[in-house]
Amino acid sequence: MMEIGLNHYLVLSTILFAIGLVGVMRRKNLLLLFFATEILLNSVNIAFAAISHYYGDLTGQMFAFFVIAIAASEVAVGLGLLIVWHKRHGNIDLDAMSTMKG
Amino acid sequence: MFEAVAFYLFAFLTITMFYITVTTSQALYALTALAAGMIFISAFFFILGAEFLGAIQIVVYSGAVMALYAFGMMFFDTTRDVKEKHGNKMIITGLSTIAAVLVVLIFVAPMVGGNVSALYPITEGVGNTQDVGMVLFSKYLVPFELAAIMLLSAMISGIVLAGKKMDLSITMMSDAEVKDMREDQNKKVLS
Repeated sequence: MMEIGLNHYLVLSTILFAIGLVGVMRRKNLLLLFFATEILLNSVNIAFAAISHYYGDLTGQMFAFFVIAIAASEVAVGLGLLIVWHKRHGNIDLDAMSTMKG
Repeated sequence: MFEAVAFYLFAFLTITMFYITVTTSQALYALTALAAGMIFISAFFFILGAEFLGAIQIVVYSGAVMALYAFGMMFFDTTRDVKEKHGNKMIITGLSTIAAVLVVLIFVAPMVGGNVSALYPITEGVGNTQDVGMVLFSKYLVPFELAAIMLLSAMISGIVLAGKKMDLSITMMSDAEVKDMREDQNKKVLS
């Protein structure tokens, strides 16, 4: 209990991942969907850093860096698209985006 | 001892903050709770001895991503309450549980195999930042440059997408002009 091992971090990462998944599934507003995506990416980063520490290997940290880079570019492109959509339609609700009638 | 206290404290804080982010109906509360959660996550990186990753987490997430979200929220109407999707609770809970178990399996499978060996071991007597730099600029140089190109193209696309019609300022226009512009837009969308 007092000795923090790799499993503690993996369990924490899984809890955060589950919170992010619940957010992705129950959110309707696209901006808040993006927030849930950030939670998912961060929970994976914790797992990478923990594995990197407990196995004495730097590869996990490298992958965490690339995940952060991907998250940053995702935010830039996604927010640009959201602003264009909001200017054109006046809302960013997911249910309103049914122009393809799929 | 201190490691355990710090771990449990920050685990509790992070889970609370992200839970608020996911459940609140105010977009501003969600934004601030997410920023706080990012800062608390960097504490785990510092505990794990990945100081450079922790600093990057604070700089990129709380500095760049959160500022970007804050600026983006100025375009949207965030004062009203966010509408929620009221789907089947059972499906949501079941899918989340299955996905979480899958994640655990993904991470546990190689350890049960027991054949994990350090590909790039941490060098003794060298700081984390220096160590990261040596691996990043030798073994991961090509992915690093590709990430740089990806960030550049993301920046250009962000400017192109968000910068359209930036010369029109709704706050500086009179009400009649804004109304005309809205009607023009509606015509464009409907046609």
